[in-house]
Amino acid sequence: MKKLFFSLLLCLCIPMAWAADANAPKLDIGKGGQCVEDPQWMRKNHMHLLKHERDDAVRKGLRDEKHSLKNCIECHASTKDDSVIARDDSFCVSCHRYEAVKIDCFECHSGKRKSAWLQQREAK
Amino acid sequence: MSDIDLTRRSFLKTSAGAAAVAIAPGMMLFQVAHGDTQGASDKVRWGMLIDTTQCKDGCNDCVSACNKENGLSGETKATDSQWIRKIEIKDVSNGRELSLPMMCQHCEHPPCVDVCPTNASMKRADGIVLVDKHRCIGCRYCMMACPYKARSFVHEPLTDQNPDVPRGKGTVEACTLCVHRIDQGLKPACSEACANKAILFGDLNDADSEIAKKLRSVATTQVRADLGLNTGIRYQGL
Repeated sequence: MKKLFFSLLLCLCIPMAWAADANAPKLDIGKGGQCVEDPQWMRKNHMHLLKHERDDAVRKGLRDEKHSLKNCIECHASTKDDSVIARDDSFCVSCHRYEAVKIDCFECHSGKRKSAWLQQREAK
Repeated sequence: MSDIDLTRRSFLKTSAGAAAVAIAPGMMLFQVAHGDTQGASDKVRWGMLIDTTQCKDGCNDCVSACNKENGLSGETKATDSQWIRKIEIKDVSNGRELSLPMMCQHCEHPPCVDVCPTNASMKRADGIVLVDKHRCIGCRYCMMACPYKARSFVHEPLTDQNPDVPRGKGTVEACTLCVHRIDQGLKPACSEACANKAILFGDLNDADSEIAKKLRSVATTQVRADLGLNTGIRYQGL
């Protein structure tokens, strides 16, 4: 009886695990490489860094390049379109869509690499 | 009695020393953590001196440089943002005409900061008056309070902003004195673009700076000096 129960559970669990894997966000991490902090820590805490240090930057002029939104974009903008928000699998979009968390950052901030933005401006 | 005083004094000395030792590593850690940036300093007061005698009638270089740097459309309709604009003034009694740029005057006592209900309108330690758009609710009280009509409201959604100059719908904005450039050690875009060197940028508090020397040697005025706002932008030949 016990064996039957376990095999049944296994039969149920394996497809569920597969399904979860299939839905997990696949993101374009851009250049990637060594993140400024431990990646697992960043997954959990990036919003706190951005939120607290934005006040320091705007109000006190303390611009911490390492933890700035610009620095995030520099590494994580796609190598194809230089953006963290342009496509469904872009770095910011794919996770935030999966987690259903709306981000307001890019209503004002540019999601593009500065170098790409400058090139585009010169081309105009 | 003197014995007690001595011990008390030595006790205070040692405890002050101990406190200094305890605080010093904290300060060091702060500097290390923040990459040695000190942020805006209150020893500095950024300002500009605009020589209206050098400002050419019909020249719009400072305005277009500002538009390009900050990603403004350059349109002048009622709903378009203008951070700096050229104005022509005429003394009707004798016909003397002048052309000059007008923008946020970066007041020491800014009325826009006084009226802001969310503390979004603020003055940085180095005298630059800014809108913290993270807090701005778009009520536009500051626009009404400003005697210089220096602020604009963003009416339409924007795309493709300069990565250094975030701007967005529903917030008020104005000349930032190109704060992103100043923090990199550069001059504001308008000052750099002026072919006649009519816009002199510098630290008003530094007695050796070019701007402070000129303010000592020539007659300059603040626009609406009667309001006692002590503007950071000064005009010569007005």
